[in-house]
Amino acid sequence: MTEPLLDIKQLRTYFVSAKGTRVVKAVDGVSFTLDEGETLGIVGESGSGKTVTSLSILRLLPPAARIVGGEIWFAGENLLTKSEREMQRVRGSQMTMILQDPLMSLNPLFTIGEQIAEPLRIHRGMRGHLLADRIKDLLRNVRISSPEVRMREYPHQMSGGMRQRIVGAISISCEPRLLIADEPTTSLDVTIQAQYLNLLKDIQNRSGLAMIFITHNIGIVARMCDKVAVMYAGRLVERAPVRTIFNQPAHPYTEALLNAMPKLTDKTERLWSIEGQPPDLANLPPGCPFSPRCPKAEDRCHREVPPEYQVGDQHFTRCWLWERR
Amino acid sequence: METSQAVATSETFAAQSFELTRWKKILSTLQRAPIFPLLILAALVCTAVSADFIAPHNPEVGNLRYRYRPPVWQDRGTWEYILGTDHMGRDILSRLIFGSRISLIVGITAVVFAGVVGTTLGILSGFLGGWVDQVIMRLTDAWLALPAITFAILLAVLVQPSKWNIVIILGIVYWTRYARVVRGEVLSLKERDYVRLATVAGCSQARIMWTHILPNVANSTVVIATLQLGVSIIAEATLSFLGVGVAPPEPAWGLMLAEGKSGLMAGYWWLSVFPGLCIMLVVLSANLLGDWFRVWSDPQSSQLSPVVVE
Amino acid sequence: MSETLLELRDLQKYFPVMKGVIFQKPIGWVKAVDGVSYTIGTGETLGLVGESGCGKTTTSKLILLLEKPTAGAIIFRGRDLQSLERDDLKTYRRGVQAVFQDPFSSLNPRIRVGDIIAEPVLVNEALPKAQMRERVQELLRLVGLNPSASNLFPHEFSGGQRQRIAIARALSLNPSLIVLDEPVSALDVSIRAQIMNLLQDLQQQFGLSYLLIAHDLAAVLHLSTNIAVMYLGKIVEFGTSDELRHKPLHPYTQALFSAALPSHPDEQREEMIIAGEVPSPLNPPAGCRFHPRCPFAKPVCSEVEPVLRSATNGHQVACHLYNEPS
Repeated sequence: MTEPLLDIKQLRTYFVSAKGTRVVKAVDGVSFTLDEGETLGIVGESGSGKTVTSLSILRLLPPAARIVGGEIWFAGENLLTKSEREMQRVRGSQMTMILQDPLMSLNPLFTIGEQIAEPLRIHRGMRGHLLADRIKDLLRNVRISSPEVRMREYPHQMSGGMRQRIVGAISISCEPRLLIADEPTTSLDVTIQAQYLNLLKDIQNRSGLAMIFITHNIGIVARMCDKVAVMYAGRLVERAPVRTIFNQPAHPYTEALLNAMPKLTDKTERLWSIEGQPPDLANLPPGCPFSPRCPKAEDRCHREVPPEYQVGDQHFTRCWLWERR
Repeated sequence: METSQAVATSETFAAQSFELTRWKKILSTLQRAPIFPLLILAALVCTAVSADFIAPHNPEVGNLRYRYRPPVWQDRGTWEYILGTDHMGRDILSRLIFGSRISLIVGITAVVFAGVVGTTLGILSGFLGGWVDQVIMRLTDAWLALPAITFAILLAVLVQPSKWNIVIILGIVYWTRYARVVRGEVLSLKERDYVRLATVAGCSQARIMWTHILPNVANSTVVIATLQLGVSIIAEATLSFLGVGVAPPEPAWGLMLAEGKSGLMAGYWWLSVFPGLCIMLVVLSANLLGDWFRVWSDPQSSQLSPVVVE
Repeated sequence: MSETLLELRDLQKYFPVMKGVIFQKPIGWVKAVDGVSYTIGTGETLGLVGESGCGKTTTSKLILLLEKPTAGAIIFRGRDLQSLERDDLKTYRRGVQAVFQDPFSSLNPRIRVGDIIAEPVLVNEALPKAQMRERVQELLRLVGLNPSASNLFPHEFSGGQRQRIAIARALSLNPSLIVLDEPVSALDVSIRAQIMNLLQDLQQQFGLSYLLIAHDLAAVLHLSTNIAVMYLGKIVEFGTSDELRHKPLHPYTQALFSAALPSHPDEQREEMIIAGEVPSPLNPPAGCRFHPRCPFAKPVCSEVEPVLRSATNGHQVACHLYNEPS
């Protein structure tokens, strides 16, 4: 049994207000693993902590945030013990990230070629002809035609879909082992999104790259992911292989999310909706954070936070309903 | 397990708990407010209001037997004239106290007048666009091309020196900054959905400008106003110093500076230093307050909001 | 059979592209909406689907009188809007309201919720205060909010609640048609279903018509009676939501379906990836606007623009694949 590529154990990331009076538990005890070449989907809504989790892995948190507990094992090393210098060597070369808005991810003052060159220069020390060739190669890999011309252009001269592909090219330039994509297609049109997801799948098949998709869209998970982790209010409420999640969701929140989606194929008269409001992280209720909205909540759910229980093969959930009696 | 959803799903709002949070918010704002500027400005206001009661002497009539007395801690100083007297034997402290009134009235009124004119023009210009915008903007450009103080002096020379003329003059000279900033904000506010929806609901343009645009530029206007307070006070002082502002024997701080100028060479330092200190304190406080208000009223720069955390 | 509430006839909106600093001259036209016609019946929902640049938002602005059409007619209850006088236009405005996408910029942050909801009524009718208050409370209850919310400010509510407030406001004048521009796409997934159900309930209760603009195909199919698919300012297909769901005719519609994300990992769908990007509306391709990206393009497609024609009952499509050779 080979070691997983990424092994997160009980990660805790809290936001502390300036005076230290308010603590927001953005990520509270999250654990999951990811093997080489696998794709994990982290699903959640606003306040779930999914973005903070990814930022914690890359250790790119804003100043108000602090990782207060847990371990992040990547390729056999605990990232939390590394210095900032060491992390800089990891970021961009072994682990990269794609963000939601491609316009904000690219520097408007530099050409595309210069921006793709940057990680190659820093991590691989490439120069001159070799560098230029590699850039053209990468642009071809992300299906951008006439790369010699495009290299000299600026981000504002390209469409949204192309920009996102260039961001993709930058991130795979040093052949990382892990790519984290945070809502990469939210700002793209539907047909462009389809092209882009296909491209990512292609790249993954060719290079054996492991991916983490952070999204609120279950459809992306169904299309792209091998396994799924569902987050709610900073906690991981369910994790399982993708088919298991869709066929036998264990946690009431997962179930509700799946049912709340209108389906393309069948017509339903009325959508199943989840009552209540998204959680306010500064004022979480005692007990399970989903309990105020859960249709199956029992008395215990409102009082105590459930631990993680095993439901099936590689299938875990945090719910009192699954306690072994 | 299907739950049948009625149209009115129950949303519980403990209205009471919302009231509590509002008080808590006011309290916490007060706690974070800058104490020093607020105290100074509060002191200024109190002094101005109660000048009649707290000033030990008449500020305009002096006792010639006590000319050029230094402050009490120096030789020849007396407790009767704590901060000394000027060339006419008038008590410096009393003049400072009554002078605060002038500075306050002139400063605030000028700022309000300039603010009203500038904000109105800025809103009209930004919201209506077209030729209205062009005309007002060219007007602003022309106005800004004139050096403010020189223009003020010119106007002041043309009319009699008096408190209210100063207010009008300062209002006329300083409205442009409001207009520019407000217009910029209005341009972006115009595109907000709630403005569009107001049009869809049938609101007239006047109503939109008054109900929707104006309250949302109020923040910027107040920030500019607090910062302009210092400018106004200094402008008044300058005009008075040059002899075209407030007329003697009214005690304006700027005028006191001017009158004390000749005494400096002779070593009568208290004639200029105390009014100068007052001007400095008030202007500094106004600036600090304005700065704090700008930061406080801009939700982006205020404390971390958990909604941003995902 | 419901009667026609709103009809668009050959509606056009061209935006001029100006050149010059002082004296501006149009050098080209962005044909945002280029000859669009459809009808909305009472109590029906028309869904407008399309990607960026297709003209659906501009169409909604034309209907809301936020923009003036360059050509064509908007006919409401049988009367052409251009022939209406000021008072009648006001009546039109009362009959057509809107809910926009962003719940955070749809409500004026400085006004209390009660006043926000009351504003349309305030501007159009002269109700006494007590009646106004009652109406606001009734509206709040209708959208599932506690009436005590009327004293609060928008920032004290979540996104989903704000959207409910926006809906309450849109209802305040008893409109016949509500334009919904991406009403749920800025909301959390678990809240979307709440709001969609609310919209459906309100429609049934009040016989409202909706013009729904959204990019989520599944949501549009769920809520709409009829659907119009737009591409670069033109309607390429029009039909009932059942027809489109089971038999999309136009290649672009088929591509949209194919590109839509699955609802289950095992869901098989015919792969139809269309190449390239949406061309600029400044220079739409000659003939059929979709032909450069269409996998089924024939020579005629690059020369002659296809006309929107009936294929089967009520189901219209603008595509040479379905034109009988004459």
